[in-house]
Amino acid sequence: MSTPGVMATQVPPEFTVEINERKCVRCKRCTTECGFEALTYSREYDAIVADDAKCVACHRCVTMCPKHAIRVTDNSLAYKANANFSDIHRKNILKQAETGGILLTAMGCDRDYPVLWDHILIDACQVTNPSIDPLREPMELRTYIGRKPDCLEFDPDSDPLKLKTELAPNLKLDVPVVFGGMSYGSVSYPVHKSLMLAAERCGTFMNTGEGGLHRDFYRHKDHVIVQCASGRFGVHEEYLNAGAAIEIKIGQGAKPGIGGHLPGEKVSEDVSKTRMIPAGTDALSPAPHHDIYSIEDLSQLIYALKEATRYRKPVGVKVAAVHNIAAICSGIVRAGADYISIDGFRGGTGAAPRVIRDNVGIPIELALAAVDDRLRQEGIRNQTSLICGGGIRQSSDVIKAIALGADAVMIGTSALVALGCRVCQKCNTGKCSWGIATQNPRLTARLDPEEGAQRLTNLLNAWSHETQEVLGALGVNAIESLRGSRERLRGVGLDEKTLEILGIKPAGR
Amino acid sequence: MTKIDATDMLYRDLNNRIHTLADRGEKHIELRNVCGQKFIGDALKGDVKIDIYGIPGNDLAAFMDGPEIEVHSNGQDGIGNTMNAGKVIVHGHAGDVIGYAMRGGKIFVRGDVGYRVGIHMKSYKDNVPYIVIGGCASNFFGEYMAGGVMVLLGINGDDSPIAGDYVGSGMHGGVMYIRGDIEDRYLGREVKKLELDAEDHRRLSELVREYCAHFGCDYDEIMAKKFIKLAPKSHRPYGNLYAH
Ligand code: SF4
Ligand code: SF4
Repeated sequence: MSTPGVMATQVPPEFTVEINERKCVRCKRCTTECGFEALTYSREYDAIVADDAKCVACHRCVTMCPKHAIRVTDNSLAYKANANFSDIHRKNILKQAETGGILLTAMGCDRDYPVLWDHILIDACQVTNPSIDPLREPMELRTYIGRKPDCLEFDPDSDPLKLKTELAPNLKLDVPVVFGGMSYGSVSYPVHKSLMLAAERCGTFMNTGEGGLHRDFYRHKDHVIVQCASGRFGVHEEYLNAGAAIEIKIGQGAKPGIGGHLPGEKVSEDVSKTRMIPAGTDALSPAPHHDIYSIEDLSQLIYALKEATRYRKPVGVKVAAVHNIAAICSGIVRAGADYISIDGFRGGTGAAPRVIRDNVGIPIELALAAVDDRLRQEGIRNQTSLICGGGIRQSSDVIKAIALGADAVMIGTSALVALGCRVCQKCNTGKCSWGIATQNPRLTARLDPEEGAQRLTNLLNAWSHETQEVLGALGVNAIESLRGSRERLRGVGLDEKTLEILGIKPAGR
Repeated sequence: MTKIDATDMLYRDLNNRIHTLADRGEKHIELRNVCGQKFIGDALKGDVKIDIYGIPGNDLAAFMDGPEIEVHSNGQDGIGNTMNAGKVIVHGHAGDVIGYAMRGGKIFVRGDVGYRVGIHMKSYKDNVPYIVIGGCASNFFGEYMAGGVMVLLGINGDDSPIAGDYVGSGMHGGVMYIRGDIEDRYLGREVKKLELDAEDHRRLSELVREYCAHFGCDYDEIMAKKFIKLAPKSHRPYGNLYAH
């Protein structure tokens, strides 16, 4: 394939930036706030001039302008309407005609596939069974991640009674929400620090993603899940033993079946130190782990990691939700995984080809229901915990996921939004104005980890309260009692087959 | 020195014994009658030396960080998986995926090796991994290689090619020295063939001397044949693939 030359672009700007000249006081703050260099000050006109083509609608300038003088709107193209060839299709073709490249994007799938969470409703108590007031009665959100024994054996002669069964190591979660894997490199140092502090304060866990753990953070290790992905970046004995658990990353929802590619621009000196690769080189994660071509091979890596940590930590496996996910997860449990993280096709990413992100995988709602069913049928559900993610936006999604069969959920995008992300989908450029998906020190300095941790803690606290409210309405006093209670869910606007897979009845039945 | 008879021992029990000994400060462990036990030396640290008689199972020296393991027979797959430091010496042949993502330390194999040896090996600052193979290698030798040094001697080879297809496919760092030549059609798209310079010769001769010391081979005889060097064309082979 030859590399096409650079040609003038015909792709119109996606957004229009308007500066209200009457409101603007020419403080020029916006010109430095924009990570994408869309705004400049013109001395000649004594005015802020916007280059619409560079605007990504990250809203940093809009938020930071002291005079609320900036408005970003959709550049409505008035292309001749066409229900088949949408504006997006036309623009994408133009981009590819100009570059010959794979369309790269970031964050989760933005196409309007049905969101099943929004077609599921939760039950409540009325008359025949009492609801519980969560403000005045105990309401347990604690849950445990890891293998549970098939049965418990006690030594009958002991007093007090002693447990004979050896329990596998479990993670204790005070809220059933963990922060999903986001690597240092794809996100910034203050993001990792915010997540870590928040995890510590909320009694939950953050996940390093596949880029290693910065030296500074080894002291927060009790709330860190360390990932081991195909690139093995920053993976060594000390790292493995630093985490509370280890997660083998096979895939992620945004890009099932393909590897990772952190562009050299984002491999800063510090990122290079953590990943243990030279600065400025592309960090390529191979598509598969080349020591894993089968369930038996996966088992081998699981046990290599258990041996490496002397069986003191749970070892989980993260997979993307794909068509045959139930059978795959059954294999993963049998391979010895203490938990499985299933990432639905709406899961976010720091960079992915659009064709994969928007077309590959299945929704987490269906994947979760199918996996939970399968593991129950096979009598092995207790051997593993299920963490699901890929589009968890609010506490009701958490509750529905748990009622469908999850032990806990993981959030990535929602956590970043709490930190300021506007889901502009430009993480791959490394220019994030919010200091989140960038390694540019001028930009990362904007995110204060203390404030970040507070925002994340607030979010989880708010979701916890809401979850308790709903549990109270359901008349359930512990989140673990809700797990897999599909009888407490009903579907609206769903076809019979979908209801069958979800294992829920239609509303009215 | 402590000897362990590994006959009929489960790998978990065997490795547990090794860990306990190493934790107690034992410097030399000899394993007898090893038969396929996996994960020997997994994540082991310090300066212990382990001699293995019999055939160790997969993932020998995975995540290892310092010790030396000498296998007095053949090895299996995954030797030195994500190894950080230390040394593995294999007197016979070894299997697939040797030195996967290895970041430091040395592996010497006297015989032939299987597929994808040295895949995604990487180096960082003083951490440079080395693999020296006395025999021939199968397909995808040095695939995705991101750093480190690999030497392929092809000593026991007949007339068949010294390596299989796709040598250095996706390579974006590090260097390989091949004794003899490799036809271009066996090379991955991302590698180029070069002449060795003085620094290459210095590095190569050091490694070959070490190889000879372990296996009792004749240094001059090995070095009599010309070597070629394989290096990546670019450190960012896929930089131009994308549109934003
Ligand atoms: S930040 Fe607002 S007030 Fe300041 S220059 Fe920009 S548009 Fe004008
Ligand atoms: S992290 Fe930054 S670049 Fe990525 S979507 Fe959010 S605001 Fe945009």
